[in-house]
Amino acid sequence: MSVTPDLIREKLIAEIGAIHVDVEDTSPNRCAASFKVLVVSPQFEGKPLLQRHRMVNNCLAEELKEIHAFEQKTLTPEQWEKQKAQ
Amino acid sequence: MNSIMIMAARCLRSGAYRTAQNNVELLSGRARLMCSSSAAQKTLEEMVKKDKVVVFIKGTPAQPMCGFSNAVVQILRMHGVDRYAAYNVLDDQDIREGIKTLSNWPTIPQVFFNGEFVGGCDILLQMHQSGDLVEELQKLGIKSALLDQEKESK
Repeated sequence: MSVTPDLIREKLIAEIGAIHVDVEDTSPNRCAASFKVLVVSPQFEGKPLLQRHRMVNNCLAEELKEIHAFEQKTLTPEQWEKQKAQ
Repeated sequence: MNSIMIMAARCLRSGAYRTAQNNVELLSGRARLMCSSSAAQKTLEEMVKKDKVVVFIKGTPAQPMCGFSNAVVQILRMHGVDRYAAYNVLDDQDIREGIKTLSNWPTIPQVFFNGEFVGGCDILLQMHQSGDLVEELQKLGIKSALLDQEKESK
């Protein structure tokens, strides 16, 4: 099964309660499957960066085996609102 | 044996980032790494604790071979961190896979402060942007060059 942006989005919504997910397929810029994701979830509240990123990594553990490069930005709903307002 | 001597000589000439020392250790470590994976993990554990700042990247600080690894090198440079251990995972598949197991993190680059896994390029970049990196470096006893710049501009 090949990894698609939709698959990534669905998993993040289902498993870490993401209320917003942006998935950018950056593979054309690199030599192999690469993705850049923005994940907004209330479950990130109170968690340091590393823990948030590990949550995403665990959620996508199977997919990451096939993905070569992976960028992620993890925000709480509050941080996301602030960012949008800028 | 010849290629090892050439590699060591090349790194000694480039100087700056202690790569010479790192490579010398890597070379002697390689023999140990080949023995078994638990031995490999133990060696990696020692490697991440030996220096305050340890990074695993693709390429070297002088010549990064990937955009994310380069970002880590550039961020450290901006903060004036010039004494750190950098291990080139492209040189050694055992290190490349072993470090992912040790930190339970799927990608390279990887950054360690005081033997503790900090994160990859994304995390280091966000810490740099938020000002957290200056604080973390301070905890390591490293004064960020950006603090001096702030003073000058005031």
